[in-house]
Amino acid sequence: MARSRVITHPLSRRQILKGGAALGLGSAAALGLRPSWADPWGQTNAYAKGVEEGPEVALAIRRESLPIAGQQTHPISINGTSPGPLIRLKEGQDAVLRVTNLLDEPTSIHWHGLILPPGMDGVPGLSFAGIAPGETFTYRFPVRQNGTYWYHSHSGLQEQLGHAGPLVIDAAEREPFRYDREHVLLLTDWSFEDPMSVFRNLKTAEGYYNFQERTIADFFADVREKGFSATAEMRSMWAKMRMSSRDIADVTGSTYTYLLNGHSPQENWTALFKAGERIRLRVINGSAMSYFDVRIPGLKMTVVAADGQPIQPVPIDEFRIAVAETYDVLVMPEDDTAYTLFAESMDRSGYARATLAPREGMEAEIPERRQIADRGMEAMGAYGMAGMDHSGMAGMDHSGMEGMDHSNMQGMDHTSMQGMDHANMQGMDHSSMAGMSDERNGMKASGMLAAGAAQPGSRYDQAGIGIDPDERRMLVYRDLKAFTPWADRREPGRELELHLTGNMERYMWSFDDKKFSEVTGPIHFDKDERLRLILINDTMMEHPIHLHGMWMELENGQGELIPRKHTLNVKPGERVSALITADAEGSWAFHCHLLYHMDAGMFRVVKVS
Amino acid sequence: MTINIPMTAAGAVLAMLTFSVAQAEDGYDAPAGWPSPVVEHNMAMALFDRLEYAVPDKGDEALVWDFQAWYGGDVNRVYLKSEGENVQGDGEDAEFESLELLYSRLVADFWELQGGIGYQGGVFSDDHAERTYGVVGLQGVMPYGIETDLALQVSDEGDVSASVEGEYDLRLTQRLYLQPRTEIAVAASDVEAFGVGEGLNSVRVGMRLGYEVTRRFAPYVGAYWEKQYGDTADLARASGDATEDTGVVAGVRLMF
Repeated sequence: MARSRVITHPLSRRQILKGGAALGLGSAAALGLRPSWADPWGQTNAYAKGVEEGPEVALAIRRESLPIAGQQTHPISINGTSPGPLIRLKEGQDAVLRVTNLLDEPTSIHWHGLILPPGMDGVPGLSFAGIAPGETFTYRFPVRQNGTYWYHSHSGLQEQLGHAGPLVIDAAEREPFRYDREHVLLLTDWSFEDPMSVFRNLKTAEGYYNFQERTIADFFADVREKGFSATAEMRSMWAKMRMSSRDIADVTGSTYTYLLNGHSPQENWTALFKAGERIRLRVINGSAMSYFDVRIPGLKMTVVAADGQPIQPVPIDEFRIAVAETYDVLVMPEDDTAYTLFAESMDRSGYARATLAPREGMEAEIPERRQIADRGMEAMGAYGMAGMDHSGMAGMDHSGMEGMDHSNMQGMDHTSMQGMDHANMQGMDHSSMAGMSDERNGMKASGMLAAGAAQPGSRYDQAGIGIDPDERRMLVYRDLKAFTPWADRREPGRELELHLTGNMERYMWSFDDKKFSEVTGPIHFDKDERLRLILINDTMMEHPIHLHGMWMELENGQGELIPRKHTLNVKPGERVSALITADAEGSWAFHCHLLYHMDAGMFRVVKVS
Repeated sequence: MTINIPMTAAGAVLAMLTFSVAQAEDGYDAPAGWPSPVVEHNMAMALFDRLEYAVPDKGDEALVWDFQAWYGGDVNRVYLKSEGENVQGDGEDAEFESLELLYSRLVADFWELQGGIGYQGGVFSDDHAERTYGVVGLQGVMPYGIETDLALQVSDEGDVSASVEGEYDLRLTQRLYLQPRTEIAVAASDVEAFGVGEGLNSVRVGMRLGYEVTRRFAPYVGAYWEKQYGDTADLARASGDATEDTGVVAGVRLMF
């Protein structure tokens, strides 16, 4: 193992945890440790909600009364905690996970990001029948990967009740980076409302949770800043569309308490370190609906893995984590002082917070939250161009490309563009337009882009809404670069295009304008084919798109070294592509990982045969 | 009669709805008895857009309601809509200006096409003239966010009338809103019993200032102006009523 200190060695960890009885309390005390569930020291792979060490794990799912954010409430617990314990497996093991359902309704666990046999994927109706009340289902699968992942219910809206937890797989071989200590940071969004009533509020009253709408005061502020006609034109464009430019999150801090390892910002969960140590933070966004921007003021972070897969180190100040993504970052605090782990929700309606400190009871300053941003051109473009045919663009020749920016521009109102402020202009696709000429060279005779090339219409060099790129160095998808090429180097044999679609007013979400209930069959992949999946977001919301059973190699322009992911964030109006090797026979879920979007119908089945 | 017809129609429409939301599950090869991985839910909601006490300048004070409720899925829904009032001190019970049971179908992103039957008359009493009618309507949001309800009615006597309502929420703060509102009624023929004349009947314009204590509970105050035109105005004059009036209101917007 790469970890350099005795105290971090896996053996000592195992001795402490598995041989706990033999070692006795005295040994643990001698090492300065408290029981693992409460241990903030990290090196024992301690996690705030307990650890279940593989390869054999038993999990009991209950609905019980537990305190969250200091208030007694009724979440779903896994082995007594909510969110559930850290499950720790080792690459090469054959995992045996026995899940007992003590709820009064069916449940399930999906192992998010794990490549495993279709029957073990945990999606009721696709992998298995689900776990009936009182039943135990035994998941058995070989563990053939390593990294930071998570698990959650795939039944109804249970995930919103805390039915989720982190899953870490220790590498069989040396990882391409080293560290002295690690902490798992699981971000979740908790509501004291029943998930079904949250869903009903979304369905019956648009903007129910948005208390950051534009008001008359914003209008006058804009008039002062940009002049009357520019402001009036901009507002009129949004008003004509009958949409809100402040629609950044469907469910907000007005009902959510954002939790870090199950703890509210006030509870201030503390992760301990010793000055000079190199610390690995395994950050997981296990939220139902919330994107976060994560930073540690005063510390540079180095991203070393995305969605469990190692990437070439990227030094950054902040990263946006879409729902269901994971990022591993290294930090090296030199000083004997406290740092705030700050995860601000994308719509700025709240934050999760913990403290990284050399001792318990310390805290650092909590940064000011940024102001909510207004969506600009990019989201409007998505709306205005929804009807346009993008399909030809990828395969366009030179003349076609010239044609593209013209057609794009015609789709937009020139007069109103004068009304745009510069922040909004960032949303425009300068990047991809510039990028297009670069990619001409990479164009294949088939008319398809070369493997790994970024699609025109992608915005991989932008973090997204509400980010000032000049403020601090922010991770963007363009930065993700694998260490070595993935095994399958074939060019894609075909392209499959899917539009992300929706009706905000009705809270209907779908692929290609068809909800799951409206499609008659699965999306078909031929066994072992290599294909390119193109996702085009016609909506004005971000969507984290998750494919079960197979990796998606994100074509972010890194050529041979494109990263592979289980969840892809697609920004409003963006066109994103990924290469897939369809090597996993069976039926797999493919969906938006915003829980209520999925439940509203943004779900498909991919059948590989 | 007034109860039976709507109930039968409701039953029929509900049966249709249940049918149309049944899941298509072909091609997935899932063994029988496995659930669908995603289950859609029908929803229900009820809204008193206005439940207010009106104090007119000339006419009688009245308790006024504007109610709608729906049940169904994303595309097909059943609506129950009602507007009416109980004029205070006239010795008569409350009156439905309209009580409608509608089938509604989403025909465009922001628009529902609605059709069904309606009743106008007393609430559990014979105090008011009664009629039933068929109604076809279009409800939705116009560009610029104007909530619109257009309806065309044909009564059991063959009388044709139409109405349009529009309202807009202007956000002053996150909870305080100003809501201009207008209502226009026209008719193709005179129906004296209901004080309706041919042509433009009436225009009503109002403004309400509401405060959302929660999204479901918003007390408001407001004022309105209304005027009757043409034959309708003549009918009003003949029965000694004012043809133009203003008033103030206080009420609540309630959502369940």
